[in-house]
Amino acid sequence: MTSVGQALKRKEDPRMITGRGYYTEDIQLPGMLYAVIVRSPEAHATITSIDTSAAKERDGVVAVYTGEDLAGDFAGPLPMVWAPPGVEINTPEHWPLKRGEVKHVGDPVAVVVATSRTAAFDAADDVIVDYDPKPVVVDPEQALEDGSPLVWDSFGTNKTHEWAVAGGDFEAAEAEAEVTVEARYVNHRTSGAPIEPRCSVAEARAEKLTLYSTTQIPHIARFVLSGMLGIAEDKLRVVAPDVGGGFGAKLQVYAEEALVLALAKRLGRPVKWTETRSEHMTTSHHGRDQISYVTLTAKRDGTVTGCRARIIADLGAYQQLLTPFIPTLGFPVMGGCYAIPSIDLHFTGVFTNKMPTDAIRGAGRPEATYWIELTMDKLARELGMDPLELRRKNFVRKEQFPFETALGIVYDSGDYHGSLDRLLENFDLDEFRSEQAGLREQGIHRGVGFSTYVEVCGLAPSRAVGPQGVGLQAAFYESANVRVTPTGSAIVYSGISPHGQGLDTSFAQIAGDILGIDPQNVEILHGDTDQGAWGWDTYGSRSLSVGGEALARAARKVQDKAKRICAALLEAAPEDIELTDGKYQVKGSPDKSMTMAEISGAAHIPPAELPADIEPGLEESSFYDPENFVFPFGAHACVVDVDAETGKVSVVRYVAVDDCGPAINPMLIDGQVHGGITHAIGQALYEQVVYDEDGQLVTGTFVDYALPTAAEVPGFETDRTETPSPTNSLGVKGIGEAGTIAATPAVTAAVMDALQPLGVLWLDMPLTPVRVYEAIQAAQGNGAGPPSSQQGVRLDEHGRGSAGSGPTAPDEGGAS
Amino acid sequence: MITAPFDYETPETLDEAVRMLHENGEDAKLLAGGHSLLPLMKLRLAAPTLLVDLRLVPGLHHIQRENGSWRIGALARHADLQDTPELGVASAAAKQIADQQVRNRGTIGGSLAHGDPASDLPAVLVALEGEVSAQGRNGLRTIPAGELFQDYLTTALAHDEVITEVRLPATDGWGYGYEKFTRRAEDWAMVGVCALVKKGADGSCEDVRVGLTNMGSTPLRATAAEQALRGGSLDGDSIASAAEHAAEGTDPPGDLNATPDYKRHLARVLTRRALVAAAQA
Ligand SMILES: Cc1cc2nc3c(=O)[nH]c(=O)nc-3n(C[C@H](O)[C@H](O)[C@H](O)COP(=O)(O)OP(=O)(O)OC[C@H]3O[C@@H](n4cnc5c(N)ncnc54)[C@H](O)[C@@H]3O)c2cc1C
Repeated sequence: MTSVGQALKRKEDPRMITGRGYYTEDIQLPGMLYAVIVRSPEAHATITSIDTSAAKERDGVVAVYTGEDLAGDFAGPLPMVWAPPGVEINTPEHWPLKRGEVKHVGDPVAVVVATSRTAAFDAADDVIVDYDPKPVVVDPEQALEDGSPLVWDSFGTNKTHEWAVAGGDFEAAEAEAEVTVEARYVNHRTSGAPIEPRCSVAEARAEKLTLYSTTQIPHIARFVLSGMLGIAEDKLRVVAPDVGGGFGAKLQVYAEEALVLALAKRLGRPVKWTETRSEHMTTSHHGRDQISYVTLTAKRDGTVTGCRARIIADLGAYQQLLTPFIPTLGFPVMGGCYAIPSIDLHFTGVFTNKMPTDAIRGAGRPEATYWIELTMDKLARELGMDPLELRRKNFVRKEQFPFETALGIVYDSGDYHGSLDRLLENFDLDEFRSEQAGLREQGIHRGVGFSTYVEVCGLAPSRAVGPQGVGLQAAFYESANVRVTPTGSAIVYSGISPHGQGLDTSFAQIAGDILGIDPQNVEILHGDTDQGAWGWDTYGSRSLSVGGEALARAARKVQDKAKRICAALLEAAPEDIELTDGKYQVKGSPDKSMTMAEISGAAHIPPAELPADIEPGLEESSFYDPENFVFPFGAHACVVDVDAETGKVSVVRYVAVDDCGPAINPMLIDGQVHGGITHAIGQALYEQVVYDEDGQLVTGTFVDYALPTAAEVPGFETDRTETPSPTNSLGVKGIGEAGTIAATPAVTAAVMDALQPLGVLWLDMPLTPVRVYEAIQAAQGNGAGPPSSQQGVRLDEHGRGSAGSGPTAPDEGGAS
Repeated sequence: MITAPFDYETPETLDEAVRMLHENGEDAKLLAGGHSLLPLMKLRLAAPTLLVDLRLVPGLHHIQRENGSWRIGALARHADLQDTPELGVASAAAKQIADQQVRNRGTIGGSLAHGDPASDLPAVLVALEGEVSAQGRNGLRTIPAGELFQDYLTTALAHDEVITEVRLPATDGWGYGYEKFTRRAEDWAMVGVCALVKKGADGSCEDVRVGLTNMGSTPLRATAAEQALRGGSLDGDSIASAAEHAAEGTDPPGDLNATPDYKRHLARVLTRRALVAAAQA
C-alpha cells in the first residue's frame, strides 16, 4: 500500500503536544547572557543623548551598547534584496541599532546584556534616552502629498519607487468599453502573530559562530548575516530548531539576529534574546497595508476586456529583506481566474513612520485576490448579471491550459468551472436564497459571498524571479539528500525549513513510497546550514512543489541504485526489478525479492557477490529548479449573519473547494486550509494593526490586536478537486497560503450581501461592529461620523486602545 | 513581560495581611487571583515592591445563603460563581468573564477591588445594591455598592484594607439578564448590561434594576431607564421605550473599538435585550 494519499498523523505532533519540542527559547548554554533591547517610544525623532551609566551599574549587567558603540561591529547594514533592472528603490541604511534618528516606534537604540533576563529588563529601564521629536506621517496617501513630513529628508520624497507591468492594450479596452467599473480598496496592515515569538541565541567558539534562531530561512540568514558581520560563510552556522509558526513574520533577517551574533563575538559568551509579545506586535514586520484603485472594463454581455490597478503600498520606515517586492508578488495573478486580454499594473511604494511591511502569509496575493474578486462582484451588479455567471463567462477554460495571461505568465493547469461546480454541489445556492429571504422577513440579515481564486506559488523558477527575471538577488531551486542507513532507515536532508506545516510527515510519505520504507522510519532533517546541501528555505508555499520534487528526484536515484544492487545479488537485470509492497522483486518471480534493509545492508557492508563497479553506500542528492510556478485554485463560499442593530458579524458557514494537485496527505491539506481561512477571517473581521496619528502603536497586545479564536470560526466544510501540475513529477501545487488568499473577499462579499437590503454598498475591512453599525446608520440617512478605527485615528485621552482594559505599556510601543 | 523585582509574603491570618499592607505603605499590594494585577506588573504599568498573597488566609472562600442574602468570600473564584446558578445574575455574569482559565483564577474580591468599569461583576454589585465587608487597621466596615466605586481603577478601599466578603441580596422572584457585547467571545465587554425585573401579581413591573458595564469611569445604574419602566407594563413596547433612556447621563470614553455614540447605542440595545430576558424569566 502506498503511503502517499493517506491521512497519516503528523510525525512531529507527539513531541510537540507533549511539551517535548525543542524551540530556540529552550536552549540553555553554559555562561549564557541575556540581551534586552531599548526601543524608541517616539515614531520619529532625533536622538539627542543616551545615558547608559545607571544601567551599567546595575547588578548582573555585563554591558550596555548604543549604536555608536557597535558601529565597527558590522561590515554592512541589514539588506534589501530586490533590484529589478532599471528601477531605482530608495533604500536607507538600516543598522541594527539606530544612530542619529529613530523612524518608528520600537526602533532599537541600545542593548543591555546581563547575566539574567530579569536583570537585563530592569537595567533597560535605566537607560535614559533623550529625543527631539520630528513630524510624523502614518497615512501613505498623505505621505505622497506635497508638504508631507518626510520620513527620510535625504530622499526629498516619501516615494520609495515605482514599478509597472502591463500586457495587452488597456487604453484601447477602456476607450471601447461598454461598461466600466472603478473601486478603491484598502487592504489594512496585519501582523503574523505566530504562537512562538522570535528568539535568537548566538554562540562563539573560537572563530566559529553559531546562531540558533526562530527563522523560516536559515540558509538565507547565513548568507546575509555572514556578509553583515564580514566573516566567511564557513565561519557561521545557522540553525532553526523547532519553530512555532512563522506566517511570513520569520521570513526575515532581523536586527536582533545580527545583534546577538555581534554580542557573542564581542563578549565571548553565548547571548540570548527573546521577544516579548508586545515587541512582536511592534517590531516583527507587518504585512499588507495597500490601497488599490481598480478599473475593470467589459462588454454588455459580461466579457471582461481590461483590468487596471494603481497600487499604493505602505512600506513603513525602512526596506527590510523583501519589503518593496511583496506588494508586487501578486502581480502574476492580478487578472484572477479570468481570461482578460489587457492588464495594466502600477505600483508606488511609500515610506511612513511605521514598522516596515514584508511577507505575511499570502504576501501580495491576498490583496490581489481581494480586489479582483470584489470588483467582479461590482461589475456583476453593474451589468445586472449573476456574479457566478459572470465568473463562468470569463474563466480560463479547462482546454486553454497551459494558459498564457496578458502579462505573459503561464498558468500551469486548472479547471475553474469544475471547481465552482464542485462548490455548488456542496453549497445549494437556491436553497440558501430561499432561506435567506425567509430570514430577512424575520429581520435576520444573512448573506453569502463567493471567491473563485487562482494563486501563484512554488517559488520559484530561478530564471523568472532571480536577477535575470523579476530581480530578486537569489535563486529558488531546492535540494535534497537521501541516505539509507545500513539497517534500512532513511535520513533525508532537505533545504527547506518547515515550521509547523507538517512537512516532516508529507516528505516521509513521499520518500517512503519511493524507497520502499515505512514513513515512520524516514527521518526528515532540515534547518541547519551545517547539514545537508544548500537550500532556499520555506515560504511562498514552495516546500512541497519545489523541495518535495527535489526529494522525490533524490529518492528515485537511491531507488535506482537499490535496484542495481538487488539485481546483482538476485542475478537479474536491473530493469527487471520492481518495487511492490515494500519489496524489490524480480518481475514475475515474487519468491525472488529483497527488502530495502537487505539491500542497504549489502550497500554498506558489501558481500563478495556485489560487483566492484557499484560504489558502496546508499545515498544520493538532487537539485531541482522548477521551470514554472504552480497555480493552485479553488472556489470558496462564506455565509455570515449580521446583527443589524449592533453591527456584529458572525461567520455561520464556510465551504471551501481547493485544488492543490494530488493530495500527498489530505489531513495536512485540511489543516492548512482551516488555518488559512481562519487567518483571512481574522483580517476581514477582527485583526488590524493600528497606529494613531502620532505614530503610536495602539494594538500592542492580543487584547487590542484581535486574533479570532475557535469560537469565532465555524466548522469548515472542505472538499477538493485534483488537477495535477505538469511542472513537477508529483503533480503537486501548494496549499499553505490558499485559504488566506481566497477567504477575505468571500467574507467581505458575504457581509455586503447581508447588508444590501439595508442600503450599504461598500465597506473596507476589518468589518468591525462599529464600522458596520455606522455604515448602516449612514445608509439609512442617520448620518454617522467618519468611519472608525482607521489608521491614524485620534483616540481621545481615555483611548485605552481596547474593548476593555487591556494594559499596553508605552515603553513596549503601545498607546501612551 | 517581566515584572520589576518584588518581595512576596503569604500571611496566614487576616490581621497579619492587614499589618503587612499597613507597614509597607502604598508599595505593598494584595494578590488574589492575580489576573488583573500580574498583567499590569508584567507590562510594568504597576510595580509594587511587596505582594501579600491571600491564599493561605482562611475563611475567604465561602458561598452561602443566609437570611435572604448571599455571603460570598472574597477569594471565591469566578468559576465558583459560575457553578452556583442559584446566585442568579451574578452567576450568569461570571460565566461570561473571559475564558475558563481566567475564571479558574480570578476572584470576586479582586474584581471588585480592582475597580475596572469594564469588568462584569462591579455592575452586578451595583445593580443588586450589594455591599462588601472590608477589614482594616481599625476593624471591619461595610461599604455599600453605591460608595465602593469612585473612579477608573479607584475604590473607597484604603490601601491597607482587605475585602473579606461580598453580600448580595437573594433575588427570589426577580427575573434577570446579563447582556455582554464583545468582538470576540472571550473579550472584555465593550458594553455590558445587567438587568433585574420583579413582576407584580398583575404582570406589571413592580421593581427594576439596570447596571451598566464600561459606560463610564465606574459601573453605573441606568436610573432613567429604571424609572421609565418601574410600575408600568412589561410588554415589548414599554421595555423598548424604557431602554431608550439607558444611556442618559453617561459619558463613556471612546476607544479603539467604539465611539462614545456607539457605546451609548449599544447600552440602549443591550438594556432592551437584558430587560426582555429578565421580564421573560
Ligand atoms: C485575559 C483576561 C481577560 C479578562 N477578561 C475579563 C472579563 O471579560 N471580565 C472581567 O470582569 N474580568 C476579566 N478579567 C479580569 C479577571 O476577572 C480578574 O481575575 C479580576 O478582575 C481580578 O481578580 P483577581 O482575583 O485576579 O485579582 P488580582 O489581580 O489578584 O488583584 C486585583 C487588584 O485587587 C486587589 N485585591 C485583590 N483582592 C483583594 C481583596 N480581597 N481586598 C482588597 N483588594 C484586593 C489587588 O491588590 C489588586 O490591586 C480578565 C483577565 C484576563 C487576564
